[in-house]
Amino acid sequence: MLMSLLAYLALAIFLAGFAWKIFQYARSPAPLLIPTTPAPLTKIGVAWRLFTEVAFFNSLFKGNKWTWLFGYAFHAALVLVLLRHVRYFADMPHWFAEVQIFGVIAGIVMVGALGMLLIRRFWVARTRYISSPADYLMLMLLLAIGGTGLLMKFAFRPDIVSIKEAMVGWVTLRGFQTPGDVLFAVHFALVLVLLAIFPFSKLMHLGGLFFSPSRNQTDTPREHRHVNPWAAP
Amino acid sequence: MANHDVPEVKEDIETPELHEGATAHLAIFPAQEKHMVPLGFPGARVENWQQAGVDKLKDLLEKYRSLQVYLDICVKCGSCTDKCHYFLGTGDPNNMPVQRAELMRSVYRRYFTPSGKFFPQLVNARDFDEETLKKWVTYFHQCSQCRRCSVFCPYGIDTAEITMAAREIMDAIGVGHKYSQEIIGKVHTIGNNLGIPKPALNGTLRFMEDEILDATGQEVRLPVDVKGAEVLMVAPSADFFSAPHVESLMGYAKVFHAAGVSYSFSSIASEAANFGMFIGSYEQKRKIASRIAEQARELGVKRIVVGECGHAWRVAYSFWNTLVGPFDTLDPRYPVPQHICEFTNDLYKRGGLTFDKETNDDKVVTFHDSCNVARASRMGDTPGGQFTIPRDLIRATCNHYADMDADTIHEKTFCCGGGGGLLTDELMDLRIKGMLPRVTALKQVMKHDKVNFLALICAICKAQFSKVLPYYDIPMDTVGGVHQLVNNAIVLGKNKGVV
Ligand code: SF4
Ligand code: SF4
Repeated sequence: MLMSLLAYLALAIFLAGFAWKIFQYARSPAPLLIPTTPAPLTKIGVAWRLFTEVAFFNSLFKGNKWTWLFGYAFHAALVLVLLRHVRYFADMPHWFAEVQIFGVIAGIVMVGALGMLLIRRFWVARTRYISSPADYLMLMLLLAIGGTGLLMKFAFRPDIVSIKEAMVGWVTLRGFQTPGDVLFAVHFALVLVLLAIFPFSKLMHLGGLFFSPSRNQTDTPREHRHVNPWAAP
Repeated sequence: MANHDVPEVKEDIETPELHEGATAHLAIFPAQEKHMVPLGFPGARVENWQQAGVDKLKDLLEKYRSLQVYLDICVKCGSCTDKCHYFLGTGDPNNMPVQRAELMRSVYRRYFTPSGKFFPQLVNARDFDEETLKKWVTYFHQCSQCRRCSVFCPYGIDTAEITMAAREIMDAIGVGHKYSQEIIGKVHTIGNNLGIPKPALNGTLRFMEDEILDATGQEVRLPVDVKGAEVLMVAPSADFFSAPHVESLMGYAKVFHAAGVSYSFSSIASEAANFGMFIGSYEQKRKIASRIAEQARELGVKRIVVGECGHAWRVAYSFWNTLVGPFDTLDPRYPVPQHICEFTNDLYKRGGLTFDKETNDDKVVTFHDSCNVARASRMGDTPGGQFTIPRDLIRATCNHYADMDADTIHEKTFCCGGGGGLLTDELMDLRIKGMLPRVTALKQVMKHDKVNFLALICAICKAQFSKVLPYYDIPMDTVGGVHQLVNNAIVLGKNKGVV
């Protein structure tokens, strides 16, 4: 009962908070054109620039190869892991079970990459200097989520049927009985924590990137007059 | 030369160890009442400065998407930590871009985020107190707003935007930097940064006409306030008086002469620089830019051409149209504004100019991409024209050219160390150290390619390099403008009438 209440609370905070932040970014004005040049001249060009940032972490690659490697491995693996989890929330076609193996491998890669990111953060004097407790806790939280997930896969298998029933109940807002498995409860609770802090943390880079003026503007100040919405007429 | 601690130049650019507080002692000269009040800022630190500062931050968060997004989404990946020339030169951790931004981000968290309100220790949130302000004053005047960090950030976080906002907040509570405020005052009262009044401007231009006449036998004119001229030429005021800047100015004049394009300087808009950008003030940027728009209308010109000045080109290219546009009295066939390199290169390509490259045969040239031109503007029709056009022009005027290391040119170029309102004597130590990465790359090509001339298109770069290079045992006359090369190579009396 308590778990399901918290689960709805976390989900609500996540959805409302995320929506609020996106609304805030979208609403805030961009008075001047400040793309980091060379920048695209067309909207399509901008879409491509953002795509390369999202799909390949282009700028990070230019900046630091190790961080790129670990960061990219983590994010790519996370996507696969999340996809794999879809089957706990909805009925999936038969082939989905066949490709689960990729998700499982990704889970291992994800935890490994997180570990390397943590070590790097601590190891390199510069990143150690810029890190606050929250930066370490965030990595540890993700590691704990990944770790409990892997444990359930490889060591202490919980009852998937009851878990799936609960998760479907959760996301369809019909309420659910918390499955009795302890490992699952920990895994799930940590995910709820992650959801609840998401909109108020640096995890908002997920949405924020698309609003970064240095990346999402065309370089066309001479061709089209850009109007500052708050300038005195 | 005064005694300064000059860092050792290694074979390659190296990331230094962290030296806590290495440049904490560098203090700016504070602006006084007489500098602040005329610009609409409080004359001294206001009584309730903490609250006033936080209020101003709130105001800016609502006005600038860049600030709101950049303060939120940094993941502390560290990609930017070794990219700032001031960090590479000093090792001061507060000169790592992310850590510089953290000075503001920690205040933002404290007052504007739930985590900072309830768990300040956990997320490193700080009150806007005396100690924080002191760090702001120090380290937000150790950023030249060069945007190099933004190139390598996965989200394009541009610390320059944060520095601008910080300076704007400080001005709002009466804590200003004398250098920039004083110069902006001169622009408003006299018309240019150097404070050159019209008679002196006229005098120096007539003197230059005589010089050119003596040297070439050609009557090349440098006219002021001529109504009906085709082009309004807006140069940084250093071009009128400083060495090596004047050589470029003579280059511009000869280009107009050779091509038969009528032009004029303006005694009122006798300054391309716009220090409104350095202090982050939209209103000052607009006011300073509006002099030029008004003069263009007043003189009835058809085009505006901007001289060799990096940040001025950013403001002119990227911001003018927004600040003081549209320029609907000008000829729509030309972009507004045009960079002098675009103008000259275009004329040359269409056969309107003749260059004798051999006049520059004593030189092996390399080109320093100025940060504001490289990362905040464009030349020509295609992205990256800001890299190719000046180089094309150099190659058209010289036989010997070599680029510096690929990691130090184009969008990855290093700042000269004196941009962003830091070209002031009290920051000499920082200016010397901030030049280290650029000097390292320069020394490489001096050694391997026998480079002996550093071509520039920025008035601040020219002043900074000619003053600081001697500390690194490189003679100051190694430095000059791209149009200085044009000035040497251009053959007068050959072409006429190509517009
Ligand atoms: S804008 Fe330039 S000077 Fe400022 S922090 Fe970034 S790299 Fe350093
Ligand atoms: S590169 Fe960007 S995200 Fe990474 S630490 Fe620097 S500012 Fe933050």
